[in-house]
Amino acid sequence: MELFAHQILAGLATGGIYACMALAVVMIYQAIDHLNFAQGEMAMFSTFIAWQLIQWGIPYWLAFGATIVISFAAGVVIERVVLRPVHDAPVLSHVVAFIALLAILNSAAGFIWDYTIKSFPSPFGGGAFLGQGLMSKHDAGMIGMTLAMLVLLYLFFRHTRIGLAMRAAAANPESARLAGIRVGWMTALGWGMAAAIGSVAGMLIAPVVFLEPNMMLSILLYGFAGAVVGGLTSPGGAVIGGFAVGIIENLAGTYIPVVGREMKLSIALCIIVAVLCVKPSGLFGRPVVTRV
Amino acid sequence: MLLRRTGTREPPVATIAGMPLTTWRLTALGIGLVVLAVIPFVMKNFYIFQITLAIIYAIAILGLNLLTGFNGQFSLGHSAFYAIGAYTAAIMMDGFDIHYAWTLPAAAIVCFIFGFLFGLPALRLEGVYLALATFALAIAIPQMLKSSAVEHWTGGVQGITIIKPDAPFGLPLNSDQWLYLFTIIVAVVMYVCGDNLVKSRTGRALIAIRDHPIAASAMGIDVALYKSLTFGVSALYTGVAGALGAIAISFVAPDSFTFSLAIALFVGLVVGGTGSIPGTFFGGLFVLFVPNIAEQFSKGLAGAVYGIILLLVIYLMPTGAAGLVRLISSRLVQQGRAGG
Repeated sequence: MELFAHQILAGLATGGIYACMALAVVMIYQAIDHLNFAQGEMAMFSTFIAWQLIQWGIPYWLAFGATIVISFAAGVVIERVVLRPVHDAPVLSHVVAFIALLAILNSAAGFIWDYTIKSFPSPFGGGAFLGQGLMSKHDAGMIGMTLAMLVLLYLFFRHTRIGLAMRAAAANPESARLAGIRVGWMTALGWGMAAAIGSVAGMLIAPVVFLEPNMMLSILLYGFAGAVVGGLTSPGGAVIGGFAVGIIENLAGTYIPVVGREMKLSIALCIIVAVLCVKPSGLFGRPVVTRV
Repeated sequence: MLLRRTGTREPPVATIAGMPLTTWRLTALGIGLVVLAVIPFVMKNFYIFQITLAIIYAIAILGLNLLTGFNGQFSLGHSAFYAIGAYTAAIMMDGFDIHYAWTLPAAAIVCFIFGFLFGLPALRLEGVYLALATFALAIAIPQMLKSSAVEHWTGGVQGITIIKPDAPFGLPLNSDQWLYLFTIIVAVVMYVCGDNLVKSRTGRALIAIRDHPIAASAMGIDVALYKSLTFGVSALYTGVAGALGAIAISFVAPDSFTFSLAIALFVGLVVGGTGSIPGTFFGGLFVLFVPNIAEQFSKGLAGAVYGIILLLVIYLMPTGAAGLVRLISSRLVQQGRAGG
């Protein structure tokens, strides 16, 4: 029983990382209506920018704020420069554009900052928060930040005019345009916000997994998985989904004998697929109703 | 609208420079086949080998195209079926000394069954959810191939080395040339079957399901059955490509079949043109050669150059190579009409 509780706690700690990423994934899904495969690389690139600022001697929280602003601007620019021209192309072409973006950002980060592993400072300190080596202060801080972001996003989307406009632009672009919403700019704004949230996620994750150009690949997978389990339409569901993936992964690795460390990923993904087969729109997502 | 055409007047035949479009198409096909037939006798072995691989990728992309382009189901997991095909061929050749030609139908059957079974639960999923499920498959397969339970068969991380076949009947060809011709023969059979499938009653059912599933089922199409069958056929094509790939490279290992292979197939599909059969050939060439070209530009920034090429291709041909050809030919047809 004690082992079980420990595994749940450790799962919560890793789940915090996935929840962070899942939140960024859902954010962009709300703005553009599909998954962005370059999300992880955007977060990685932002984290490198923060690292560079800190290397230049800028205090942590100032660098933190500056990175969020830079990432927001970069997200808007990416939407305007890279995705606007293919706006009318089929969805599959968009996905290829995301893959191209992924390749460019990954390769550019490796070229500028090379592939050696760098350590990234944590604002919360590295001591233990609960038990020995189960949940560090940083893990707890990360979970706290994720929940705070979630609350802010909820308030933004539910209680501001611009949040409402963004939701309208994503859900029904034509009607939104008729109602006087500048749909193109709403999409760009969504990209900016997703990039900013991604940068926060990256800066929170980097102290745990260390900074290098390929750091985000597997985390993005878990982030997607968390977001989809929770339901892509629900930021809160995505965060819960992220935590769930972390816990499932840890429990499967401990209790299912043949799984071990290597097969954890496959097992977690299989469980997710099983969940989706039972509830196709995710645990907290609204089923999509279309008029025929 | 249809009633007005009951008179004897035929609808005008689309022509470019006086020749009907179908003739143009046949000419292009003929020239393509002649070029393919000449390649092994004029090129160096290394290039023959590369083109063999490109054709193998093209077959795999054709499989993906049947699923995504014609049936509207999204897959990021076709590297899994490619891997299953490749391992079927390798295990049969290495463990049971079976002639390589027999591994292809075996790989086809195994992959069809796998694909069909995977298609059953996937029926409930659509769009991004299906993408995630197939994606899970792509991630899981290399790990399963490495696991100790099947190591005896798959050779674990080491993989399996197989012997490259020589030309049969004492033909004066080296093994690269023979493999090229063998691949071409298989490819022609697969393409003809694929083309027939798409143009048949079944093919129209697939397209109807892609365009409007509810209307399709209202017309009496068994959507669930056709969707899972398409998954099976799509896996079959990709599995045959995998088996050919294993024979051509004469080596299989779990790390050749990672998610990046699935991404490569997907990129090939979109760049070639979804829903176009000749486009898959262009996709195969793109997948094989463009990463090499990017590397020649700059070693350090190869990924960035690849990404930029990819973006340019999407800008210039948002509907793929096939879409571009279609656009140009329809312009030419209109010009011909306006001029004459």
